[in-house]
Order: sequence, then structure tokens, then C-alpha cells
Amino acid sequence: MSWVVDNAGLIGSLALEHVRHSLLPVVWGLALSLPLGWIAHRWRLARGPIVLLTGVLYTLPSLALLPLLPVLFGISALSELNLMLALTIYAVAILVRAVADGFDAVDPDVRRAAVAMGFGGARRLWTVELPLAGPVILAGLRVAAVSTVSLATVGILIGVTNLGYLFTNGFQRRIVEEILAGVVAVAVVALVVDLLLVLAGRLLLPWTRASGAAPARAASAGTAA
Amino acid sequence: MIEFRSVRKTYADGRRGETIAVDGVDLVVPSHRTVVLLGSSGSGKTTLLRMVNRMVEPTSGAVLIDDEDVREKDPVALRRGIGYVMQQAGLLPHVRVIDNIATVPVLRGTPRREARERARALMDTVGLDARLADRYPAQLSGGQQQRVGVARALAADPLILLMDEPFGAVDPIVRRELQQELLRLQRTLGKTILFVTHDVDEAFLLGDEVVILAQGGRVVQRGTPDEIVAAPADDFVADFIGAAGGRRELRVERRSGALVAVDAAGRVQGVVRGAPGEGGA
Repeated sequence: MSWVVDNAGLIGSLALEHVRHSLLPVVWGLALSLPLGWIAHRWRLARGPIVLLTGVLYTLPSLALLPLLPVLFGISALSELNLMLALTIYAVAILVRAVADGFDAVDPDVRRAAVAMGFGGARRLWTVELPLAGPVILAGLRVAAVSTVSLATVGILIGVTNLGYLFTNGFQRRIVEEILAGVVAVAVVALVVDLLLVLAGRLLLPWTRASGAAPARAASAGTAA
Repeated sequence: MIEFRSVRKTYADGRRGETIAVDGVDLVVPSHRTVVLLGSSGSGKTTLLRMVNRMVEPTSGAVLIDDEDVREKDPVALRRGIGYVMQQAGLLPHVRVIDNIATVPVLRGTPRREARERARALMDTVGLDARLADRYPAQLSGGQQQRVGVARALAADPLILLMDEPFGAVDPIVRRELQQELLRLQRTLGKTILFVTHDVDEAFLLGDEVVILAQGGRVVQRGTPDEIVAAPADDFVADFIGAAGGRRELRVERRSGALVAVDAAGRVQGVVRGAPGEGGA
């Protein structure tokens, strides 16, 4: 415990770096996945290739991706950007599927009603379909965020310092407490991020809690949530 | 006035050629009247209804609203001018009751405050408690949701209402309540209503005119409910409306000291009042 107390400041600043290294890729990943997932939902023919391709991305070992990306994008191998691009790719792999599933889950009756009311295509997408796809997308986002927080520790292998530093440093100096502190700190960051996402969901998707108290409603409300 | 002119709709059906959904329908829905399309599933009644707001385009023929071909109108603008009520209400689950009702006026550019005020007034019109305004649809009963659906269709004060089995998913007691409510509303509003149902009693109750459709989207009979009950066009109609086998034939009998109407199976269907010989009761 003494090591943790003596190095609380270090752990804190590493944790902040860690949050930055993992959250930006999740945001970028979501921004890329929304259009890709929508295309996969909208055009059946595109769905197979898109889901397959992004699924394959997820199987790429990070140890291979980190030296490959600099070659492809002409960036420094030892940069934050390299790590964050790799993490973005993994986030996309998870999120595209979630976005496509989310749009698929929108009740066709509700979509039809929106057409009949006179929603134009774009407006229907932003104000009806996207919010109703929200719960499924959020579920995917939580998985992506937690896995990215965990994965971000590989950054230390290309000299990008975040909580992963505690693993390599602790290993080299044989300080078990330091390694354990890193494990716990990563878990805490992941939990906090997850909690924030849940809270954001409650704020942005308030109706999902309302449907819990539904009196006898079979079809449309239930499936969307 | 809505007019269907030789409207036909076919769907390509793989190797087997084509499926006929609507087969050469000519039909006029006069202004301020309720016309009910009555038929079982596969009779093309919903397809016909959706041609009015261009959710379905006819393969041939034309649909006209006040002598203007709907194909010449922008579909989105057209739909904002036509009220639409569907089964399960089709409410937006993520939008509060008040904003569900205000949907179309807001789409048409009415300021939200104003649209909400009108929505509140409409809640009263359709018999909804004002306290439900801030609820989400899932927090309402089926009957309440359906009332919201009707209020939403009325919000932009359209001349035409399209109603696609609007009361099909609620229990019989609530359904009767909603039917009476619609009759009451229609007496004051006088909308041009095209109403789709497979429920014979509902059709005869609500329709000024009833159009009976058979499989493949053919019109087999049209007329007032009286005309259809009195003279079914053929065996299909007679069977469909329950006239065959004497199910709509009643005879009067005296049982337990009261005059009652008895059906062909001998079951008492109701008490007869004011019949000759009843002494003017």
C-alpha cells in the first residue's frame, strides 16, 4: 500500500492521460461507425461485407497494428496518434455492428408512422430513428469504451505513457504492488467511464426508463427499448 | 373528396409472376363523409388507404384529392396535410404525449409553444386527461394511446383522415368507447374519413358508406350499411357480413314476460322496445 500512497500523484496523472488516450478513439470510432452502421442497416447487400470487414479488424493483433499504421498513414510509430488510431479501429469493429443492430431494432410501425406524419428522410433519421436506435448503440458504446480503456495500456510498448506504464515499470523493477495498482486503476477508470455512459443514457434517452412501468403494451414500445 | 380511378396495384412475386393487391378499383369518398373499406387480410384495403398519402404508388390508375392527382404533389407536404391513425397508434415512443400530438404542426413550422397549446386543447377534445401530457406513450393504456393517435391526426386540422384499423388492438369495451367517441367527433368536425377495418360491426357502425373488398383487391359491393344488410350482392358478401345461415336474421318472441329478439340459433340477442303490441313502452 505504501507504494500507492507514495505515488498517488503519478497514478493520478497517468490515469488522466489514460482517459484521454481511450476516450478520443471511442468518440472517433462512434463518428465513423454511425454512417457505416447506417449503411449496413439500410442496404442489405452492404451489410455482409461491412460487418465482415469490421469483424476482421477486431482480430488484428495490436502488436501488428501498431507498427503497420505508421506505414499506412505516414505518422510516427512512437506517437499518441498511432495508439489512438489503432484504438479507433478496434472501437469501430465493435460499434458498426451495434449501430446497424440499433437501426434494425427500430419498430417498423413507428418508422411507417413517421413517414405518414410527413417526416422527410433526413429528419426522420435524426429525430426518430437515431434516438430509437440509441439504447442498442449505447450498449455497444459501453462495451467499446470499457474494452478501449483496457486496450489503451499497450501504448507503453510504443512509448506512449498512460496507466500501462505501471505494468512495464513494475515488471522491470519487480514491484508487484505497482502492477496491481495499474490493474486496479484501469478497472476504476473503466468503471467510471461506464457509469458516466449509463448516466448520459438516462439523460439522453429518458423514455427508456419510462417504458419499465408500462401497463399492458405488447409490441412497439417494448422492442425499441 | 378522394377519388380512386381504375386503381391497380401489383407486386412482382419472383418466378410466379405477380400478386394482385388492388384490382381496378373505382371509388369516391365524398367530402365530410366516412367511407369504410371492409375486408379480410389480403383484400388490399390498407394498400388502397396508403395510396391516398402516397405511401404506396398505384401500378396504374390515379388517386385524386379534390380533383388533383396526388402524384403531382410532394409526398412529404401531402402527408403533412392528411391525418393518419394506425393500429397500435404508431406513436413515437421517445416523445412525450404532448409532443406526439404536436408532431405535424411542428413539422409544418408552427412554433413549438403554439403547437403544444393546441395539442393541450386537442387532448381535451379526444377525452384525454391533461395530466397525461408529459407521459411517454409506453406509460399509457392501449385505449389512451389510441386517443393520442387520433388527437395527433387532428392536430394540423386536416380535411382528410386516414384510419387504418385504428381500434383493432384494444379490448372490445375500449373499442366501443373509441368508436362512439369517433362518431361524436365526426358529428362536429365533419372530416372526410377513409376507414379500414375487418370488423363488420365496426364498419356498419361508423360508415356512411361501406365498401366490401374481396381477396385480390376487388370491390364486391358498396352501399350504405342498410343497403348491404338488406341485399347482399352475392354469397360472399352474405357470408362475410354474417347474413348467411340466418345469423343476422332475428325473430321476436315472448320469453319470461318480455319481448326479445332471438337469432337463428335460438339465443336471445336483445330486448325489443316500442314494438307493435308492446303497448308503447
